[in-house]
Amino acid sequence: MLGLGKKDLMFLLIVVLLTLTAPILLNPFPEGSAMAQFNAGYPDLMQRIAIFAIFAVGFNILFGLTGYLSFGHAAFIGVGSYAMVWMMKLLTMNILPGLILSIVMGGLFAVVIGYVSLRRSGIYFSILTLAFAQMCFNMAYSVLTPITGGENGLGPQIADPRILDAVNTSGSVPEVNLFGLSMRATYKMDLWGRLFQFNAGYYVCGILSVLMFYLALRIFRSPFGMMLRAIKSNQHRLNYTGLNSKPYMLAAFVISGMYAGLAGGLMAAMDPLAGADRMQWSASGEVVLMVILGGVGTMLGPVLGAGFIKYFENIFSKINDSVLHDWFSIFPKWLENLLVGILHPFVGQGWNLTLGVLFMLVVIFLPGGLIEGGQRIGRLFRRKPDAKGPAPASTPAE
Amino acid sequence: MDALILQTLNGLDKGSAYALIALGLTIIFGTLGVVNFAHGTLFMLGAFCAVTLQRIIGISETIIDPTKKDFLGNPLKVEVPYLQAWFGHDTAAAITNWSVPLSLLLTVPVMVGIGVVMERGLIKHFYKRSHADQILVTFGLAIVLQEVIKHFFGANPIPTPAPAEFAGSIDFGTMLGFPPNAIVYPYWRMIYFLFSLFVIGGVFAFLQFTTFGMVVRAGMADRETVGLLGINIDRRFTFMFGLAAVVAGTAGAMYTPINSPNFHMGMDFLVLSFVVVVVGGMGSLPGAVLSGFLLGILESYASMNWIKDIIPGIDQIIIYVIAIVVLLTRPRGLMGRKGVMED
Amino acid sequence: MIKSELTRRGLLKTGAVAGAGLALPTIFTARANAFTNEPKADTVTFGFTVPQTGPYADEGADELKAFTLAVKHLNGEGDGGMLSSFSSKALNGAGILGKKVAFVSGDTQTKPDAARAAAKSMIEKDGAIMISGCSSSAVAIALQALCQEAGLINMVGLSHSNDTTGKDKKRNGFRHFFNAYMSAAALAPVLKTMYGSDRAAYHLTADYSWGWTQQASMQAATEALGWKTVANVLTPLAATDFSSYIAPVLSSGADVLVLNHYGANMVNSLTQAVQFGLRDKMVNGKQFEIVVPLISELMAKGAGANIKGIPGSSNWNWKLTDAGTKAFVQSYGKEYGAPPSQAAQTCYAQVLLYADAVARAKSFNPCAVVEALEGYKFDGLGNGPTEYRAADHQCIKDCLVVKGKETPDNQFDTLEIVQVTPASEVTYAPDNKMFAGGDLGQCNPGA
Repeated sequence: MLGLGKKDLMFLLIVVLLTLTAPILLNPFPEGSAMAQFNAGYPDLMQRIAIFAIFAVGFNILFGLTGYLSFGHAAFIGVGSYAMVWMMKLLTMNILPGLILSIVMGGLFAVVIGYVSLRRSGIYFSILTLAFAQMCFNMAYSVLTPITGGENGLGPQIADPRILDAVNTSGSVPEVNLFGLSMRATYKMDLWGRLFQFNAGYYVCGILSVLMFYLALRIFRSPFGMMLRAIKSNQHRLNYTGLNSKPYMLAAFVISGMYAGLAGGLMAAMDPLAGADRMQWSASGEVVLMVILGGVGTMLGPVLGAGFIKYFENIFSKINDSVLHDWFSIFPKWLENLLVGILHPFVGQGWNLTLGVLFMLVVIFLPGGLIEGGQRIGRLFRRKPDAKGPAPASTPAE
Repeated sequence: MDALILQTLNGLDKGSAYALIALGLTIIFGTLGVVNFAHGTLFMLGAFCAVTLQRIIGISETIIDPTKKDFLGNPLKVEVPYLQAWFGHDTAAAITNWSVPLSLLLTVPVMVGIGVVMERGLIKHFYKRSHADQILVTFGLAIVLQEVIKHFFGANPIPTPAPAEFAGSIDFGTMLGFPPNAIVYPYWRMIYFLFSLFVIGGVFAFLQFTTFGMVVRAGMADRETVGLLGINIDRRFTFMFGLAAVVAGTAGAMYTPINSPNFHMGMDFLVLSFVVVVVGGMGSLPGAVLSGFLLGILESYASMNWIKDIIPGIDQIIIYVIAIVVLLTRPRGLMGRKGVMED
Repeated sequence: MIKSELTRRGLLKTGAVAGAGLALPTIFTARANAFTNEPKADTVTFGFTVPQTGPYADEGADELKAFTLAVKHLNGEGDGGMLSSFSSKALNGAGILGKKVAFVSGDTQTKPDAARAAAKSMIEKDGAIMISGCSSSAVAIALQALCQEAGLINMVGLSHSNDTTGKDKKRNGFRHFFNAYMSAAALAPVLKTMYGSDRAAYHLTADYSWGWTQQASMQAATEALGWKTVANVLTPLAATDFSSYIAPVLSSGADVLVLNHYGANMVNSLTQAVQFGLRDKMVNGKQFEIVVPLISELMAKGAGANIKGIPGSSNWNWKLTDAGTKAFVQSYGKEYGAPPSQAAQTCYAQVLLYADAVARAKSFNPCAVVEALEGYKFDGLGNGPTEYRAADHQCIKDCLVVKGKETPDNQFDTLEIVQVTPASEVTYAPDNKMFAGGDLGQCNPGA
């Protein structure tokens, strides 16, 4: 069904199920308990994880399959965001035209940058992509301010024309929507002492990310995917067989650029402000880290990596000293202060330190990324050693 | 004309810093084959060696001066450096004044230690792993190191002045017959340029004229054969890693009067150092140095007003434009070797 | 390990139990409340977004300290700080409208995206009713727009760009900090007395929106004195070495260098300018001078001895002698062992102003708060008599002209106050061309 084998189909169904129930699964701790700090089931974070999952899955089509490491994919995120906001300013607050344009623009930029950069390989390719992305960032931040909003970013304003929308007399910017369904609309449910938030914007992101995941799965399993793997294992030998690998490379680059463009468009759709910071090299580096952390060349790895980094960024940075004191308030004062003193450098303003330590631990002890951790745990619970090859989630690229 | 000479001088100085960082990075990256994302951090750690020495010199005893008040209206606590108490005011002032050059004495052993510990403790285990894993582990290390520095020194830049003898600038213009003030150049930048020439010359002489250097060069060219000849190339590579750390660290320490050190300065130089190395060509030490100076000088030219008037914002992207042009016309950078980091 | 005070979520939990475990779905919950995150328990939560990582982490730490202190004072802990000197007496140290104040904090990373992520998590997860704190105008503008969409009040922290209350102003956003125009207007008369009216200025400007508004303001103000502007050179944001921009200054015929830089940019450009010996030179028969329009205590600290004698402007300084400043410096100094920075003061004042507006409006409804703050005149928060102008939500108040101190008495003694320029001299029309193009829009309560 859907052009997938039985194993892949099961796998996809699990992903669909996880996506649909994320608002419940990510809220495991009761409201008001000390652990509630670690709940991630609120719309913004779920949206971000879904969006970065799209970005990382797309990046993995290039990096995981062909082994070409691009350090400039943030440029496509930025282009996608600007395209979305311009559609919101000129046409309509409905996100559909913006999403289409952001994919197209991501693809167009990828054709240009990819065509030039792919003339080199290895580190030279990486630096070329980095150079293009940094040029985009620097220009967007300063010289191109009339188009990009520069430092202050680009957002819809009250006075924008929005020619497809009804005349706006409300004195405020209309809500971002998909055919009338506001992206902010949230169905809240109090159940089992927890507040579950089913947000329209999240489901748009979630459904798109499942679609994109399915598409990536098909690419991984297709002859085209096979060709890309061949490029990774030995491009010279492939060329000697008389095949021209360039068009395949460029196709992979453009596909991943379109994924990034879509992710950028969604980012601006969920949060209508596009800033140049999204194009900086650190943003390109972030997606590289996500993919490596999760597991290069695996299907689920990039998603895990994206979730991991975004979770730490948003949850650990919010643990401040007064939260710590709350946690340990049942202990005697001296012990409380001691524990707070020990944890203090790792949370709040020190969340970067925790992230750095975790990067090192993961790469030292789990050479295949987080996905390998999952496999190891899986193997512990499995009765007989599975000799029939790895689970579909972990099909390596080679 | 005078403007061009002026910007060439500025470029040479910018280029000194680029070349030194790139030199260290090439030793690690182009010869040991490790993508070291923590290299900028080594530069930063070197700069903080200078700050640390400044702090050590400034260790003080606290005396309460009841005649003055602090901002809360309490008696003022006056900090008197022990150095001053022991050696008298003048000697203490002289040592404080010269703290940045003196810090080289601290930087060299500290950076050797950091380099060796890093290589033996961590990097060694990643020689055989993929570049992706190397990126992740060294980036993680870079974050950890810079957060540790932030924890102890704060996020604000720390003033580290050059010795007062080197304050101010020399007027080259009058020597060459230009009007006064046309070509002024600070003394400390001249010192930094000479220092970088000294370090670069030292590294090349070491590799060219010593047996050790010869073996290392042989190992860079063909590691396996050298290993088959019964030479312990690993130990020499550990030493080279230490050397790279020292080059980066001393470059950072001497740079502190120009760029007040802060914990994230390593990240600021990270991308740039990779661009410089790759433009120079992988595996080529002369290429790295050449590209460092080239990019420094061209960046300075690009910041001239009349050029900025023609192409607005060119100074923001010149480095990347050059990188693209060079890499498209010369496939392996300026002096790259075939087959290094091309897969 | 149960949190001691009942939070909004705690109440929701109780409500759920009362409903015998039944789900009582409310479609589009915004309508269940009169406004976003209406506090229903006996606590109310503030959200503080400050930079905790990146170059402005120290400034963010200062802001968070001030916020913590303000919350303490609102809850009646500590010595009350500026509550005693504040002209409005609506606050009594027993929380706000009988509710205890709690707060959550998050990291902006000085990036608009990260700031909005932090703020949204506070709104969606923690039920924050107000967002405050930032240390760059891009973040301030991003948060202001977010609060406008979500229906919260944004009390802007440190943001100096004209745009924040100019073309990007929002009905739900309020700025206490001064702006580039006011800096220039406060500084110009002092520059005239210090350096005369026949000067030629060379501007180095950080190449992004704040830098441009700062430069435009300074150019207009100094040209009104009779100064000439020789050149305005834009420098890249990421620059750390400004030598190629500083070197040509001396031969350009200019005799004053204006550094429109902030933070580490300013520390580096000033340090390098001094290194070039600019301040020892004589040009056009006059001593060459350097001006830094916006100076903060942290920048002065970072620049070390190079800041000595350099004039600039500040929103506030701990050396002021009014009752509010004295009370705040005592309170903050005892708590943290160092005098507060201008960022700390503006954040502290913003929290008090918000709380006071709620108390006077007798409602947490953002629209009621907006009404209470617009056109509100107050005193005793360290800046003298101040008005929150209704037309653009900018505080109109006295501005300080400061100068790097030549002989500091102690480590905190970096700046000295040259003059307090009265509010009347820095006031501008809300439709001044540097601020034109914006629209406050309607107040949004989020319902």
